[in-house]
Amino acid sequence: MSGTFVGMPAFAAFPEAAREAVGNRTLRGNLRHATHTIRAKRARAVAEVSDWAELREAGRRIKDHTLHHLDRYLEQLEESVTRAGGTVHWAADAAEANRIVADLVTATGESEVVKVKSMATQEIGLNEALEAAGIRAYETDLAELIVQLGKDRPSHILVPAIHRNRGEIRDIFAKEMGEWGRPAPDGLTDTPAELAEAARLHLREKFLRAKVGISGANFMVAETGTLVVVESEGNGRMCLTLPETLISVVGLEKVVPTWRDLEVFLQTLPRSATAERMNPYTSMWTGTTGEDGPRTFHLVLLDNGRTDTLADQVGRQALRCIRCSACLNVCPVYERAGGHAYGSVYPGPIGAILSPQLRGTASEIDASLPYASSLCGACYDVCPVAIDIPEVLVHLRERVVEGGPAVRAGNRVLLKPAKGHAAERAAMRAARWALAHPGALRTGQRLASRTRRLHPRTLPGPGRAWSGTRDLPPVPAEPFRDWWQRTHGTDNGEGAAK
Amino acid sequence: MRVALFLTCVNDTLYPDTGRAVVKLLTRLGVDVDFPLGQTCCGQAHYNTGYRHETEPLARHFSDVFGEYEAVVTPSGSCAAMVRELYPRLGERARAEGRGQTLARTLAPVVPKTYELTEFLVDVLGVTDVGAHYPRKVTYHPTCHGLRALRLGDRPRRLLEAVKGLELVELPGAEECCGFGGTFALKNADVSAAMGADKVRAAESTGAQVLCAADNSCLMHIGGTTSRLRSGLRPVHIAEILASTEEEPAL
Amino acid sequence: MSSRERVLGRVRRALADVRPDERPYEEAVGRDYLREHGRRSTEETVELLAQNLADYRAIVHRSTAGEMADLVMRLLAERGSQEVLVPPGLPPQWLAAADPVRIHDRAESTPQRLDQVGSVVTGCAVAIAETGTIVLDGSPDQGRRRISLVPDHHICVVRVPDQVVSSVPQALDRLDPTRPLTWISGPSATSDIELDRVEGVHGPRTLEVILLSA
Repeated sequence: MSGTFVGMPAFAAFPEAAREAVGNRTLRGNLRHATHTIRAKRARAVAEVSDWAELREAGRRIKDHTLHHLDRYLEQLEESVTRAGGTVHWAADAAEANRIVADLVTATGESEVVKVKSMATQEIGLNEALEAAGIRAYETDLAELIVQLGKDRPSHILVPAIHRNRGEIRDIFAKEMGEWGRPAPDGLTDTPAELAEAARLHLREKFLRAKVGISGANFMVAETGTLVVVESEGNGRMCLTLPETLISVVGLEKVVPTWRDLEVFLQTLPRSATAERMNPYTSMWTGTTGEDGPRTFHLVLLDNGRTDTLADQVGRQALRCIRCSACLNVCPVYERAGGHAYGSVYPGPIGAILSPQLRGTASEIDASLPYASSLCGACYDVCPVAIDIPEVLVHLRERVVEGGPAVRAGNRVLLKPAKGHAAERAAMRAARWALAHPGALRTGQRLASRTRRLHPRTLPGPGRAWSGTRDLPPVPAEPFRDWWQRTHGTDNGEGAAK
Repeated sequence: MRVALFLTCVNDTLYPDTGRAVVKLLTRLGVDVDFPLGQTCCGQAHYNTGYRHETEPLARHFSDVFGEYEAVVTPSGSCAAMVRELYPRLGERARAEGRGQTLARTLAPVVPKTYELTEFLVDVLGVTDVGAHYPRKVTYHPTCHGLRALRLGDRPRRLLEAVKGLELVELPGAEECCGFGGTFALKNADVSAAMGADKVRAAESTGAQVLCAADNSCLMHIGGTTSRLRSGLRPVHIAEILASTEEEPAL
Repeated sequence: MSSRERVLGRVRRALADVRPDERPYEEAVGRDYLREHGRRSTEETVELLAQNLADYRAIVHRSTAGEMADLVMRLLAERGSQEVLVPPGLPPQWLAAADPVRIHDRAESTPQRLDQVGSVVTGCAVAIAETGTIVLDGSPDQGRRRISLVPDHHICVVRVPDQVVSSVPQALDRLDPTRPLTWISGPSATSDIELDRVEGVHGPRTLEVILLSA
């Protein structure tokens, strides 16, 4: 069995990747413009519903209850989907999911498929696996198309091409569309309407001839076997209704118990994602329906690290995620570092807690992701299912620096502390000792005060991380506690220290 | 009321003026302030960097030092949030690790009675006009832990609005993090610095002379940035503004 | 061991610390949110639907039964469609005055054939005022999902006030999950360019909604 695959090859640790992004003015401008546009709109869309807090709490409880009884609901879902004419497959990891899908497509005799944007299939690298099996996958979401044509990587969950501005998109379309099918119209400008029109024309021939569609799903209802895809452009509807065979690859945490549960998420997801009261199109299907839509429906339930995440009492709340991207859009770190710096298809705050859980913390990038946050808490505030992202970040930092028990590929393991934190660990221990001994703290403070005229305003070595861009504060002539003792007299409790 | 000042290790070492301002302000308002010399650090930096087990002795020490007071006041939103939000979590995690209730019980007494300064003034003392005088144009940065952990809301603003001579101007993007984030400022220095520079630019656009916040850690980062960018903007802790009077003006 | 057993086994081991909640589901999750937002008269609800449809760039018309044939004729004529797709159970009187050739969707109709048709007229199952959404459920007056997708011009008829509900929870109450459902809020759109909404990608770029009063 192969390891969990979430996206792409080896990546540099977050700080190095982010440094490059911070220095890229076009990227900074693109991200700032897009995230600030959506932030204000989301705030207005959320303010429209007076019971947002209650909807958020209900969403949290539904998801938690489902996760806490996940085996029960997965079995119920399997039964419902099967009863409605679908076939359910289980995939423990990416390789197995890819093999199942490739075999299903091959069995139809087709060598091309149309795809609805899906995080799960990106996570497992399905397109690459299909290509290896001689099958061409066409991405049909506008942003995915931009990424695929540009031989680029997605940088946002909802808007994978958020790092591109309209001018860059125009150039990609004009240059690349011809390689994949119908070329872009001559004289294509960079107005969004013209760009959307070019995508419409380019993809229509593919939709009309496609025999196999591949999708993910936003929700799966255990009680009824219904799958739900929430989208905007209509490419989803094309892929879900025109082909003869539909294959949906869905993370097993996407199950909700009842039909009624959708009333919560269909209110919170669009407002959190694109800041709309409702997204333009939502498709719901239950198995197969005679002449309407695909005759054959396969559901591939994907684990790929999700059960390992579920085993972590603090970290399992990340599985509540409904992939709305509100946390990305509000994150000041994401805004400056961009999505690529996260080295995974899941960028931003949710990615920083999801990737190191799905993939483990062994690689350099995964060990650095929990630190890719100032813990400002804006992500937790906007999360429609109340994932306490800062709590999980700190928890994963602990896993990185202290190691400890975890589950990998279903097996209990004892993780060693990550390399590269030895000096920090020693410093933290020393600081803890000093801080548990007020006398030691005072001695240090006095020493600093006495030598203060010798202190440089910038630091050498690792201290340059601070003083490369910021001056140090001057050390005062005496620490507060000396002033207090001088002016307020007696020692009152230093003895309490141990 | 016997109130302990928890100044925090950063203020004690680097910002004694803030400590003197808190003492002056609270004394002026009739509060009997004590500074227990056994105090050191709440453990926030350890906790947030992933050293939860190293944090526990510091939290127990905090509880030993402050357990007997009626209230603990601190001029730091993030340290107040550490005690109020995260000490209970330390107890919970210890319990989940099979170490029983001891830590939770030890820490429980200090949790509800630890207050951030502006919260203490408005909620406990019930004052918004503290009799301060500070004739400058000021913009206020709410700091993340004050805003989103403690939910200080408009308390600091109400206090500032009541200061005589003070002109309060709106900070664009006020709710955005300044980029400090404790060890984040070192581990992700480039992103941190970019956030800091944006915060300083936003503050400069207001035409304010003073950028005020209720947390010196954030002000250390912002101040280090203003100084490097040679901005004329002065970072000042809210305690120093509230302590300032016509007779004894702040510098 | 099958992957099914492997995954379910992992799930059960992962949940070793969780005590199962045996209360009935509704009691276990609790729902403190509203069934609808605000109180409105029937006319106000219909008015809100019209406003929200228009807000997301659907074109809204109002009609009585007697005016329907002329209105539909006019809309099709303005569009200049030569052919109009007709679901099997569409009330024939709606198209009584229309000029274009009626194309009936048959099992063997290919997507390519549907792509040549300019307009489609359908009914709907329910419409949601608070979100400006119409829901199609494949009933005979709506037809297969593809017919309201491939043509570039969709005229959708909502019977008011009977088919109008206030809210998403009320809509789900009325819908049958075993039917294929399409929720439509305005014409096809995208937010993929600079996270700003632009109308018109793959679905019908023009959505006209007729609020048909009894």
